[in-house]
Amino acid sequence: MIELSEIRKVFNEGKTYALTAVDGVSLSLEARKVTVLRGPSGSGKTSLLSLIGCMARPTSGRIHLEGREISSLPERFLTDIRRRTFGFIFQQFHLIKGISALENVMLPAYPLGEDHDALRKRARELLDLFGIAARADSRSEWLSGGEAQRTAIARALINDPAVIIADEPTAHLDTKLSREFMDIVARFRGQQKTIVIASHDPLVYDSPAVDRVVNMRDGRIEVSGP
Amino acid sequence: MGLWIERQRNILDFTLSSLARRKGKNIALVLVYTVLVLLLASVMFFTHALRKQAVLVLQDAPAMVIQRMAAGRHDLIPRRYADAIRSVRGVSGVRGRLWGYYFDPVVSANYTLLVPERTTQEPGTIVIGEGVSRARAAFPGDILPIRGYDGQLVYLTITDVLSSTSELVSSDLMLLTEQDYRRLFNLPDGLYTDIVLDVRNSREVPTVAAKIVKLLPDTRPITRSEVLRTYDSIFDWRSGIVVVILSAALLAFVIFAWDKASGLSAEEKKEIGVLKAIGWETADVLWLKFWEGTVISLTAFLAGTALAYVHVFLTPAALFEPVLKGWSTLYPRFRLLPEIDPYQVATLFFLTVVPYTVSTVIPSWRAATIDPDAVMRS
Repeated sequence: MIELSEIRKVFNEGKTYALTAVDGVSLSLEARKVTVLRGPSGSGKTSLLSLIGCMARPTSGRIHLEGREISSLPERFLTDIRRRTFGFIFQQFHLIKGISALENVMLPAYPLGEDHDALRKRARELLDLFGIAARADSRSEWLSGGEAQRTAIARALINDPAVIIADEPTAHLDTKLSREFMDIVARFRGQQKTIVIASHDPLVYDSPAVDRVVNMRDGRIEVSGP
Repeated sequence: MGLWIERQRNILDFTLSSLARRKGKNIALVLVYTVLVLLLASVMFFTHALRKQAVLVLQDAPAMVIQRMAAGRHDLIPRRYADAIRSVRGVSGVRGRLWGYYFDPVVSANYTLLVPERTTQEPGTIVIGEGVSRARAAFPGDILPIRGYDGQLVYLTITDVLSSTSELVSSDLMLLTEQDYRRLFNLPDGLYTDIVLDVRNSREVPTVAAKIVKLLPDTRPITRSEVLRTYDSIFDWRSGIVVVILSAALLAFVIFAWDKASGLSAEEKKEIGVLKAIGWETADVLWLKFWEGTVISLTAFLAGTALAYVHVFLTPAALFEPVLKGWSTLYPRFRLLPEIDPYQVATLFFLTVVPYTVSTVIPSWRAATIDPDAVMRS
């Protein structure tokens, strides 16, 4: 589904403090599977996730999404692909403070011009699905860690994306909540979603929900398996 | 189109929730902004309405006033001048006028005395304006003593008080008969304050004026359009003074608004990053900021303009009355006819709503063009 060939990502290219975050990665990510990018901090997992999720363009190399070359598309087209194809769960959830959990969930769909009432209904259903419908009108900063995480997951799902990208999703969760998260991932897999997770948490990469672990170090892939 | 509207509706909805987060600060901003618009709009409405009122008042005024000049000063004009002017082609309705000022030491006020052209008034009677009536607590039936040229008091009976609809021009007015006027100021028969006349073809007014000056070189013709121009410049000058005073407040507000609108906090920048990361385009973020600026400035504009309307037309415009009406002692009490110049309202709109909105959008531009992956790396 997603093909990466010879991907390089260099930050501050041409400057003395240039940093190569991803260095010649070629990878094929299968549809409807759970893939974990595993590696220590600074190994390039997050940068690779950004490239896969059309958040950034590679310095060199090509990315194909369902056979279509997307790495050289202008920002507008990339944004459109990003919001229709990918759902993001960030390490620190990044919920917008001061507005309700419900509004946070609705946010990614706003630019699509969907009917406001229908959108609101769908967002409520998603919160209900994750058992936090009662907290829908609570401000995001009043949510507990678990509630915030489930709100972030609901937000990632609002546009019904084919691919879910999660960056260190369990980094701020205790064991119980981390296991709950992996249960949700297993549910996504059952719903035929493609999931790509960057993590160095054994609770994630050792989970039976995971199909494939890609090891990364210094911006390169070490071993691809199983 | 429907999709675009729904998209804007969604963004506007988020804008309102977003503004509600900093409720106190935004309400304070709108209040200050509203007061400023109220002051500016009041000056605009007030001067415009006064000017219009002056035009209405002067509509029935004679086309030209002829004054006699002596050593550069306005002097009394003899009746024979009127006879000479009647010979000028195109002139009609030439008549002498009698008017002047009277200082009332009791209330330290100046009144305007006038002998009406057509009157049924009896000698020994007087009709006064509402301002005079208020100042002297004098009403129909009362006796009003007026000191004559020789220091002797002349007692006149008040027969009427002029209606308040004409108070703009009649507040300080006193109407008396020609006989009483001449007696009070020892003015011999055959002399007038000035001469007024009409011109049959209004386009000939300048030509007639030139002919009169040629015929009577010691006279000065004043046309109706010149009077109107003088009113205009007086009101412009007065409103200019107020605007200059207001400019200090305006400047303070500009600094305040600029700081509020342009200084994106780290939190706001982070939010923009999150919005971009979850699928908002740069244009969507700029729309968000546009609506944010528009909601604040349009609310203030509409509220300020509406309040200014109430202030100027439904209340006595207490804030500007002394400087804009500018009567010496007798401030007329009258309500201006609601008269708004759409061009002025549009100018006010562009001076208030547009700069604020632009100053909200421009600084967000840079923040909105950040790479969406910045939030992943934060």
